[in-house]
Formats: sequence, C-alpha cells, structure tokens
Amino acid sequence: MWGRSAFRGGVTPATHKAQTQTQRIRQFPFAPLLEVPLLQHAGRPALPVVREGAAVERGAVLGRADGERSVPVHAPAAGRVQRIALMPSVTGAMVPGIYLEPFPGATQEVASGTACDLATATAEDIINAVQAAGIVGLGGAAFPTHAKLRMPPERRVRLLIINGAECEPWLTTDYRVMLEQPADVVLGVRYLLKATGAEAVVLAVEEDGREAGEAVLAAAPEGMSLKASFLPTRYPQGAEKLLIRALLGVEVPAGGLPIDVGALCINVATAAEIGRLLPFGRGIQERVVTITGPGVLDPGNYRMPIGTPLRFALEQVGTAADVTRVFLGGPMMGQPLASLDVPITKGISGFVAFTSAEYRDAGRVQPCIHCGRCVQACPMTLNPCQLGLLARHGEVETMRRDFHLDACFECGCCAYVCPSHIPLVQEFRAAKAELRRLAAHAVTEEKS
Amino acid sequence: MTLRAPLTIEPAPHVHAGTSVAWIMLHVVIALIPACVFAVYLFGLAALLTLLVATLSCLAAERLLQRGSAFTLADGSALVTGLIYGLTLPPALPLWMVAMGGFVAMAIGKTLFGGLGSNAFNPALVGRVFLQAAFPAAMTGAWLTPLAAERFVTLPEATLTGPFLAPASGSYDALTGPTPLGDWKFAGGETSTFDLALGFTSGSLGETSALLLLLGGLYLVWVKAANWRIPAAILLTVAICASLLHGIDPQRYPSASFMLLSGGLMLGAWFMATDPVASPLSAAGCWIYGLVIGLLVVLIRLCSGQPEGVMYAILLGNALSPHIDRWTQPRAYGAAGGGS
Ligand code: SF4
Ligand code: SF4
Repeated sequence: MWGRSAFRGGVTPATHKAQTQTQRIRQFPFAPLLEVPLLQHAGRPALPVVREGAAVERGAVLGRADGERSVPVHAPAAGRVQRIALMPSVTGAMVPGIYLEPFPGATQEVASGTACDLATATAEDIINAVQAAGIVGLGGAAFPTHAKLRMPPERRVRLLIINGAECEPWLTTDYRVMLEQPADVVLGVRYLLKATGAEAVVLAVEEDGREAGEAVLAAAPEGMSLKASFLPTRYPQGAEKLLIRALLGVEVPAGGLPIDVGALCINVATAAEIGRLLPFGRGIQERVVTITGPGVLDPGNYRMPIGTPLRFALEQVGTAADVTRVFLGGPMMGQPLASLDVPITKGISGFVAFTSAEYRDAGRVQPCIHCGRCVQACPMTLNPCQLGLLARHGEVETMRRDFHLDACFECGCCAYVCPSHIPLVQEFRAAKAELRRLAAHAVTEEKS
Repeated sequence: MTLRAPLTIEPAPHVHAGTSVAWIMLHVVIALIPACVFAVYLFGLAALLTLLVATLSCLAAERLLQRGSAFTLADGSALVTGLIYGLTLPPALPLWMVAMGGFVAMAIGKTLFGGLGSNAFNPALVGRVFLQAAFPAAMTGAWLTPLAAERFVTLPEATLTGPFLAPASGSYDALTGPTPLGDWKFAGGETSTFDLALGFTSGSLGETSALLLLLGGLYLVWVKAANWRIPAAILLTVAICASLLHGIDPQRYPSASFMLLSGGLMLGAWFMATDPVASPLSAAGCWIYGLVIGLLVVLIRLCSGQPEGVMYAILLGNALSPHIDRWTQPRAYGAAGGGS
C-alpha cells in the first residue's frame, strides 16, 4: 500500500553500522558532575524550579516549561543542585543550565508522577502529558513533540509516519530501540494515534533495518493496523520531506509543513520514549546514544543520563590516541565539535570520533568542473552547481529567488559527490546566514 | 585516557565519495590507452611522435600559462587534453604544427577562459580547429596508409618539416590513402564495416579503431567517469537518422554502421562531447545536448561540402550547452507545479 518509490537523487555511503548494530544497549554510569541545560529543544528555555544546594530525586522536575514552545527538564540523577549558571552547549552558544552532582550511594530510583492512562485519557490529556514528560524529537531536531501534535483544528492527519529510517551512516540508535523496546514503540504509537486521530500509521524503516521493523510489527497487539514500509537503504531516506514523497507520493510545498499534505512524522525513538514514560508520568532523564567511529575503542549503544559531559563519555568508552575530530550525529550532517566540554542533550542520537587516518576534504578544493554529479545527487532536486557558483559571487538573493536555496536542508549529498571537493554545504549555510542578516537589516530600516 | 586538544573542526559532510578531478582524468587516460597503442601500431613512428609532441606541448603550455603558484598539472586535465588532441590529428602532420596546435588548445581553449572548469569549448577541439583553419592543406592531406612496411624505421618526410615551413608539395601523394569518409564523399566508395570497426583504414590517429574507442568509452561510463547519456544520445541519434535515410535512398546515403564507425564519431562521442565543463549539467540536458550533436553530425556529413562534421557538431553543442542548462533547470522539491 505505502509504495517503495524512492526519492530522486541521494547517495549510498558505506554504512558502518555492523559494529554497533549487534550489541545490546548498555547502561552508562553517572558522571561525577552532570551538566543539564535548561534549553535542549527548539524554543524557549525551561525555567528553573529548584534552588542551588537543593537535593533532588531522579526524575524530579528541574525546570518547568515556559509556555507552549517549551518543555520541562527533569533530573537525570538523584543528587544535589550544585550551581545554576550559563553553560556551554553543542552549538557553541552559552545556555542556562543546572550543574547536578549525583549522590554516590543513592538507589537512583526514578520518581513517578501522574500517570497518563491510555484507556481513559483524551487527546488533550495525552498532548499535555507529552509536554510534561519533556518530550522532543529525539532524531536530532529536538522540536517539542506536543507542539507538533497540537495542530490547527482544520488539519487532519491522513498518515502518521513513525520514522525508523536511520539513514545516517554509523548510527544505530533507532535500530536497537526498535529491537529491544518494541512494546514501548507500539504503546507510544497508540498514544500518538489517540492524540492525533490519524487515519493510518506506517513505520518507515530502511531495508538494512528490516529485523528491527519486524520486531515492532510482531509486538503490535491484534487488531492494531500497524504497517511497515521497508525503503531502499539510501541516504537521506529518513528526511521527513523525502519520506513523505516516498510514502504518500506528494511533496510538501515550499515553506509548508508535512501537515499541509496530511502527514505527521514522529521519530521512532520519540515514540518509544512516549510509550515508556507516559504510563508512569515520568520525564526524560536519559536517552540512547550511539558512540562509535574508528577513534572509539568500545563502540556501542548506551543509555546515557542527560547532561553527561562528552569528555566523560569518551573517556569511559576509551579512544584511540589520535582522535582529531568528533562530531554529533552521523558523518553526513553531523556537527563538528570544537570542545568536548559540552553535555549530552535530548536531541543527540550519537557521536562519532575520527582519527587522523580518516578522510579530510581540506586543501583539495579545485574549480567546479561542471560535472553535474551534485545535480544528480541532490534529493531536493536543486542545482547545487549553480548555487555554488552564485555563492562564490555573493549573489545570495538570486540563490534564494531563482534557485530555491531555502529548500536546501544541508543534507550534504552534493558535497559528498563533488570531485572538486567544493565545500558546497558550507557555502550554502553562509549564504543563508547572509540572507537572514539582510532580512533583519530590512526590518530595522523599515522601522526607522 | 586523555584526549588531545584541540580538535580539528571541519564542516559536514565528514565523508566523501572518493572521486577527484585527478581520478576522473586518470580514468580517461586509461580509457584512451588502447586507441593510442593501436594508432602507433598502425602508423608507426610518426604516430608515436605526433602523440608525444601533442601531449608534451599541452603539458608545457599548461605549466607556462598557469597563474599563481597552483600546480595545476597534477589534476591531469592537461594530459587528457593533450592525448585527445593528438588523437584528432592526421599521422603525418609536421611536428611543429602539432606543437603549435597544442599551445593554442591550452592558451585559447582553456587559459583564456579562466583555466580548469571555465572553458566553454573542449580545448582539444579548439587546437584541432585552429590547425584546420591555419593549415588546411596539411590537415586534409597528411594521411598515411595503415600498416606500411617501413613504418617503424622511417618517418614520413612531412613529419620533420622545419618550423613554419609547409611540407614539400607532393610529399604526401606517395603515402596517402583516402580516409573512409573522404572516399565516400568524393569517390562514392564505402569501406567495409569490418575494416572500420577494427580500424585498418587511413585517417586521424584516433579515428581509425572504432572498436577500441568504444571499449574505452564503455570503460569510462562503467567507472562513472563520464556521463553515459551523452554518447548514448549522440550515437542513437546518428544511428536512427542514418538508418532512416539509408532506407529511403541507399544510393545516396551510407548505412548506419558506416556512419557510426567512420571518422571521428567514436572519439568525439565518448571522449570529447563528454567533457563535463562544456556539456550540460542535468540528465535531461545531456540527452538534448547529445541529440543536437547527433543531428549536426548527420547534417554536416551528408549535406555539406565537408566529409567530416563531428568536430564542428561538438563545438556547436558546447556553445549551446549553457542555454540547454537554462532550459533544463531542475524543478526544486516543493516548488510550484510539483507533486502529484
Ligand atoms: S545540501 Fe542542499 S543542495 Fe546539497 S544535496 Fe542536500 S539539499 Fe541539495
Ligand atoms: S559536483 Fe562539484 S564539480 Fe561537479 S558540478 Fe557539482 S559543484 Fe561542480
């Protein structure tokens, strides 16, 4: 029913998943000091509700949601609030956060709150419970999930897409979660179905994650019409807009949202977390993270307390002597880190450590030879060659107006295939930043 | 275990498909080797010297003309231009002309436009066209009969003609066999398909063995160093047009196999029209571009006074390429007019 028609373009880099795919999720120890940012999502930071020096239970609320575009933050460990201060975040910006010192001998039992009973809860109850649990998109975007579920009244969800298409190489978080927590996923999907009133639901998995998808199907209770769609293993299959193209055969209009075509995408790990937390009224205090890469001695999937410093994490799993690059997320879109003194947050699905032996682009840039590889690879059917040319001439307005720069979601396919090693994605980012600057400038001009 | 600071910051993507300009050029060179070796086997020392001088003159020109300190020889594009340029030449051309054309190819065909990636035309063709315009007599008369007995010990007199001197008049006649296309155009003869495919005919160095060029071309598209749509479109267009015309009037029009295997079509379709810089970007664009070149080849060969038209057809295709790009701009995901 939900077709397998792939999107156009894309690339097939080596997946490197075998290393971590076969290992069970392991519980990660507590770091001596957890750094819990109050802003781990897209939106407004949570407001602290604890005082410095206070002792908190594991799972207790540390910060409450500041309005609709915000979610609460829960204590990842039973411990003492050491300090409430600005702390470095993965983006490089300083954000408000809470330094939490876990109690060494504590039982670390998780506090429960008001349970949300699937049988009796209304859609509104579920959406509120999702917000209270601090749930955000765990696939990376970290957009508050309740805001996605609470849609304008005239919109209907034709298809709820549970996104298990983990297309980034190296990462296996979603795969392990599906395999080890199929019941949580199914329960989460049932909450989501009730909250959205979706007409149908499909679990989207890439062909190389078939076992995991089947495990979830097997866990579905009788009478539940959960289907799976096994899509070709092709990066970036998991991108929301491409999944919609593949499953519904329609495109999300430029500047629009999936709901405009009746689709809603929820990451499978997010669904699992909903199923795991809501019945107990708990909040997110940990998440599954893939730690891998040639620079990691003990690669695998770990259930890590939120706020674990990356440095501590890497020291625990052991690293090769010459780790030179660490990036969050997969190698195609992963954000490079300048410093390891940043904490794990809800949106981080994995990180990869590369040694000096790995490939580097720097210093190999040559002129564009107009080969068209980027044009063939771009899943958004843009013209990266032309966009790059315009970027190098500073013609950002033309890039936006005539060549749809806004549609580029920086997937990296174009730069991946470019034989001239042109840093296309970087050029597009800079152009977007320039456009934002110009727009802001235009606004101030108007006001004055 | 302590981690060494600082970490290197490099923007995503952190992995790469592994291709490079040099990688592409290397594969083009590999694909050309069989045809080069065969040319030397067929025409002997003269061919060897022609190829050497063509290549060296292109490399030297690139080295002399490159701007700044960038070491552009390493990308291999000058080597490729040199080899292809050499293969378009008749075997008994005076070497000083060969060298001069090589310089022109790089200077006017490439550097003047801004170097690698900016040339509007295939540089090798520019060199060849220059020679055609400057030395028409030599370019149309310097053929050698293939497999001449003495080819590895003696050189045709014309090859070593002093710089800026025309070869002595009459020095060609003794050596020359007509090229298949010339023979057909001016004398009405049609060389056998077998000879054409294997290459035992007179002609430019790279015009002779259609089969080896085809093999090289197939290798090229197999490793994805060239866009297969371009040769496919050109060859299909020529084949279809020629079959139709031959079907209508077999007396006037040669057969499709003759059209495909003779002249510079194989070299042009696989190795010159596929020059990425001077061909369109998108898949649709490549089909249109190939179609146009194919039609022009047929038109020039059959309807003009020239026996061969591949060279001009490709140059015209090159000139049209930016326009084709404009017509075939891909429609962005989500842009108006999409979906279904
Ligand atoms: S980064 Fe942007 S332009 Fe490049 S392939 Fe992805 S969507 Fe297309
Ligand atoms: S892949 Fe690179 S070299 Fe090829 S057209 Fe695109 S930008 Fe130019």
